[in-house]
Amino acid sequence: MSKHHTPPSGVSVWLGLKDNVFTQQKTVRFGDASAVNSGRFYSILTVVILLSAWGIASALGMLESFYWPSVNATLTRMGKLLSEGFRNVAFWDHIGISVFRVLGGVLLGALVGIPLGLAMGLSSIARGLFDPIVEFMRPIPPLALIPLIILWFGIDETAKIFLLFLASLFIMTIAARSGVNSVKITKVHAAYSLGASRTQILFHVILPNALPEIFTGLRTAMGVCWGTVVAAELVAADKGVGSMIMIAKNFLQTDTVVIGIMVIGLIGYTIELGMRYLERLLIPWQGKG
Amino acid sequence: MSGIVADNISMVFTLPNGDQVHALNNVNLNVKDGEIVSVLGPSGCGKTTLLNIIAGFLRPTSGKIIRENMEVTGPGSDRGMVFQQGALFEWMTVEKNIAFGPKMAGRPAAETKRKVDELLQIVGLQDFGKKPVYQLSGGMQQRVALARCLANDPEVILMDEPLGALDALTREKMQSLVLKLWKETRKTIILITHSVEEALFLGERLIVMAPRPGRILREYELPFADRGLVESPRQIKASHEFVETREEVLSLIWGMEEEIMGNDQELEPA
Repeated sequence: MSKHHTPPSGVSVWLGLKDNVFTQQKTVRFGDASAVNSGRFYSILTVVILLSAWGIASALGMLESFYWPSVNATLTRMGKLLSEGFRNVAFWDHIGISVFRVLGGVLLGALVGIPLGLAMGLSSIARGLFDPIVEFMRPIPPLALIPLIILWFGIDETAKIFLLFLASLFIMTIAARSGVNSVKITKVHAAYSLGASRTQILFHVILPNALPEIFTGLRTAMGVCWGTVVAAELVAADKGVGSMIMIAKNFLQTDTVVIGIMVIGLIGYTIELGMRYLERLLIPWQGKG
Repeated sequence: MSGIVADNISMVFTLPNGDQVHALNNVNLNVKDGEIVSVLGPSGCGKTTLLNIIAGFLRPTSGKIIRENMEVTGPGSDRGMVFQQGALFEWMTVEKNIAFGPKMAGRPAAETKRKVDELLQIVGLQDFGKKPVYQLSGGMQQRVALARCLANDPEVILMDEPLGALDALTREKMQSLVLKLWKETRKTIILITHSVEEALFLGERLIVMAPRPGRILREYELPFADRGLVESPRQIKASHEFVETREEVLSLIWGMEEEIMGNDQELEPA
């Protein structure tokens, strides 16, 4: 006789308080990472505790606004930022210009880096020519290039985009090159036996095969560039989230600084989620070769 | 004639430490037009190397491969290849995998479509054309590989352990499919395999290779492939003649394996 059995579902499973359909049959839990529940309940708990601590400290007047703003002050400042902007630039424009710089830099980096990486994976001349440059530039943090770039380009838009271009260029080159290296030789052999030409093999076999690694590179580049743009704006800019918090600091507006930091974190997180979503959408065959 | 000739092929690999490995030593093989030949041997006997040379992926140290009075110097669509596994394009659907060869050759789309549909029928995947290949089982994937190869209408089909990764039951079904395709197309087929039973069942002729150096040890003329077109596979494999030949070939291979194991023990003192 089979006992009627409903698979576990509902809020408590989503929260990770109850075992789900995959974990409930496992007896070995400690050491099996896939048997560890999401623990969402505790994540929510963390956020709630942090926010309440902030709220209680604000209500009791324990916060010195120079070091950390009260909830009320922060909300008021947020309202002001949204309605009046900051330093004659709308709040969303500060965010928009930072995001634009990142997208521009990564796009240019990908446009140059992907063909370069493919060439380095396919031709010994290209590999030989560019290997010293790539290997030399790879360990240099992009921020170390800021002084030189300011000397070359000043502090205008070109300077920032160029910095982000460099930051993403080598990431994309290395990703595309390792994408080529990961192509299984049987697939290439199969394509040649089916009569494909070199160009056809490049576009129909090697490139699709390298896409998962190229995309991983893109994700890394977006993350690195978001960090780099904020840092670059801290040094030299009059617009952008980074410059907003740096200028606010000069006016001792701790509340604006805190808001800026939160926005930077949220946008970085959103970029990562968006890239993961695109990855699943565009490369469903990833890891299934 | 569209058979294929291996003329005195030798292959020497030089290892990074300078040691030389004689993968193949004076191998001569003449595969006739429309013949199905199976090649059997223990690991390291050079059978895959031989196939890669015939396919044009490797240049032999000496000797040459001749097809239609021309020397083979590289891969070409006249020699189709079916690999053990992982050679399908996982970013394409089943249909697009099969259509790859004709599409690369610039064949008209309508003609290609007809051919793909026909091949899907033949390999029994008519309902799976739109599926991505990674959603298919191992056996189904190998059917796609067969169909992809046939879509190009090669004169010679080279199979490198195409059924090696399949479970026993699927493997038997696929053997019958290979026989059926051979009968219907009468292609020249060279099949590399580890399985004695498969080699006997599918080959009109069986080449047994031996290692160190890789060479052809014996050849058998076999009746089973032709009988397989009319009799049931189980009946053939259980027949007295089949079992007797199988035991004979097995003891031949066991002898070689023991020789190798012995040599290995000498090479690695405790």
